Amino acid sequence: MASRNATQTTGFLRRRLQRAAPLLTMVSPVTVWMVILIAVPLIYVLFISFCSTDEAHHIVFAFTLQNYAKLFDPTLLSIYGNSLLIAGLTCLISILIGYPFATIMANSSPFKRTLMMVFLMLPFWTNSLIRLYGWRSILGSNGFINSVLQSLGLITQPLELLYNHFAVVLGMVYVLLPFMVLPIYTVILKLDHSLLEAASDLGARPARRFLKVTLPLTSSGIFAGSIMVFIPALGYFFVSNLMGGGTTQLIGNVIARQFKEAFNWPFGAALSIVLIIITLVLVRAYTKTGGKMDDLGAM
Amino acid sequence: MLMASQAIVELKNVDKRYGENHVVKDLNLAINEGEFLSILGPSGCGKTTTLRMIAGFEQQSSGTILVEGEPVEDKEPFERNVNTVFQSYALFPHMTVFENVAFGLKMKRTARAEIRERVQEALALVQLEGFEKRYPSQLSGGQKQRVAIARAIINQPKVLLLDEPLGALDLKLRKQMQLELKRLQKRLGITFVYVTHDQEEALTMSDRIAVMHEGILDQLDAPSRIYDFPATRFVADFIGESNIFDGLASPQGKNIVVTTEAGRVLGQNSGGFEEGEQVQVSVRPEKLRFDSEAREGFDLEGTVRENIFVGTFIKSILLLSSGQEVVLTSLSGQAVPEEGRSYHLFWEPSDAVILHSRSQEIWSTIANVDLSGFSAEADASADAGSAETGGANAAPASAGAASASAASASATPAAASAPAAAHRQKARA
Repeated sequence: MASRNATQTTGFLRRRLQRAAPLLTMVSPVTVWMVILIAVPLIYVLFISFCSTDEAHHIVFAFTLQNYAKLFDPTLLSIYGNSLLIAGLTCLISILIGYPFATIMANSSPFKRTLMMVFLMLPFWTNSLIRLYGWRSILGSNGFINSVLQSLGLITQPLELLYNHFAVVLGMVYVLLPFMVLPIYTVILKLDHSLLEAASDLGARPARRFLKVTLPLTSSGIFAGSIMVFIPALGYFFVSNLMGGGTTQLIGNVIARQFKEAFNWPFGAALSIVLIIITLVLVRAYTKTGGKMDDLGAM
Repeated sequence: MLMASQAIVELKNVDKRYGENHVVKDLNLAINEGEFLSILGPSGCGKTTTLRMIAGFEQQSSGTILVEGEPVEDKEPFERNVNTVFQSYALFPHMTVFENVAFGLKMKRTARAEIRERVQEALALVQLEGFEKRYPSQLSGGQKQRVAIARAIINQPKVLLLDEPLGALDLKLRKQMQLELKRLQKRLGITFVYVTHDQEEALTMSDRIAVMHEGILDQLDAPSRIYDFPATRFVADFIGESNIFDGLASPQGKNIVVTTEAGRVLGQNSGGFEEGEQVQVSVRPEKLRFDSEAREGFDLEGTVRENIFVGTFIKSILLLSSGQEVVLTSLSGQAVPEEGRSYHLFWEPSDAVILHSRSQEIWSTIANVDLSGFSAEADASADAGSAETGGANAAPASAGAASASAASASATPAAASAPAAAHRQKARA
């Protein structure tokens, strides 16, 4: 009886496998790729986040929760709060700049549209570090702005434009703005113009038409853009390094320091896991409110 | 003056150009209060553009549009007392049926209780009670259509503009909605301006039809008159089926003898035809008769190529000696011509419409447009129009008239555009 059942089961499995074979051959290269480059490193990060280190900074493979316990340190919590604040501000400013920009772009002639797209994407051809150094030479105490203001006699002492929250947010917005503009632009482009005409026809003045029709129908672009901006803004430690000096500590900075300076990989891994969880929660919230993963993948 | 008080919408010398593209050409149209007027024409004839100019989505290049006697050039769509039912419905996808219908009232900041009451009324009118909480994506095409209508009439507009509203519906539903729309229009007493390319729809529903063709208003008349007395070859061809013969006219008393390539035929003399003038004779297939004997005044023979059974009638296709094919329909039960046999063809002279050739079309169009009060301007603009459309195929007999109108046409546009430009500048200021 048992052996017959077993042969039946293997027969069933073989049939299933045969039927799935063509699909598997198509999917497997991608799957192998994903497993090697994403799944394995992530599992490794998760694994070592439960480990500790010895005096020589070697990873000790023994289960412990101490890395996660350290997360509740007040200074660390304030860094998290700070990170969320900076990322939130970056997001908000990106929306305020990106939405009008995307609107103008979508309503332009195809030629102007292409031109604006080129200007938007052009900075990507240069490393963002180099571009941020550019900002430093503009904002620095001997930089462009200060020397112009001084030569005009408007100020005597150079303004402190670098090494503060303002500079960090400016850098973040500068680096991440395209990621806000593109999803919004896509949604506005797809917006059915007759809906706007219908709203006008029914007596909506431009401002109310925007609030009641345009904004609700393009909010998915704002959500998608916010995800694309908020998540990197939590982790872009080089921006806060260059623009904030030591003044602004973000989660990204702490993580980078654990790996590069403190050689406490397990603790860095635990911090990374928390960042991943925050990311997943945000993406989940996005899809739950009707956002589409495709709109994020378009990047 | 009397006309102006009756007309709820009036278009005077309206032109619309998109760069090189002249979409609407010197349109004069008076729409009466409470009527169901269809603007009928093939795609690209300027009918939708005309509607959009009345709604305010497009600005005319020159000319005036009056709604309730007031020019509306400087009024934005949201300031005009007209509402539109869009071709694709244009329902707000993020709002429920209730919110969609209530939108117009909310924009007017109507009290909440009144909004609820009036939305209920409007939904009852289009038989959609109980659908308040649905979203547009949860409705069928016909239901969306009803919501679009309810939304457009909620503000009790004087004029409702409908842009091919039934285009997306299947045939059966379309027929049903045609009757419902007509009933609704009578009940509400709102003026309907209905754009369609479906001649049957226009004939069924309208009090009057404006037939447009390449930006020009060919004919404005009651459906039966459009059908029986088409003013131009285009109208004769576009509305129903017509047999059209080209020939030279020779008025003889109450009839006109027209010599065509296929032979001599008769038509009724409605006046205004010259000896030797190039004309077209238009005869409906159901008016065409056949016999083995020749009839007096007719010298037209055709061989039956094919008989096609089309339900209530039989359609015969006959080949004339000139090579032209004509269509003859006989009701089933009546005598049907035999396939392959040759017959003499004729008709009652009063059943044939004789049309001036293309270069003179515009004259008959003008005769059908109500222009009492400013006939002098109308003549000038008619000249401009005829020069545009006429041109190469002007008949020899009318060459004198055509060249005269061409001369005046070259002078008129410049004279007419200057005051129009001044007016527009004033409107902006």
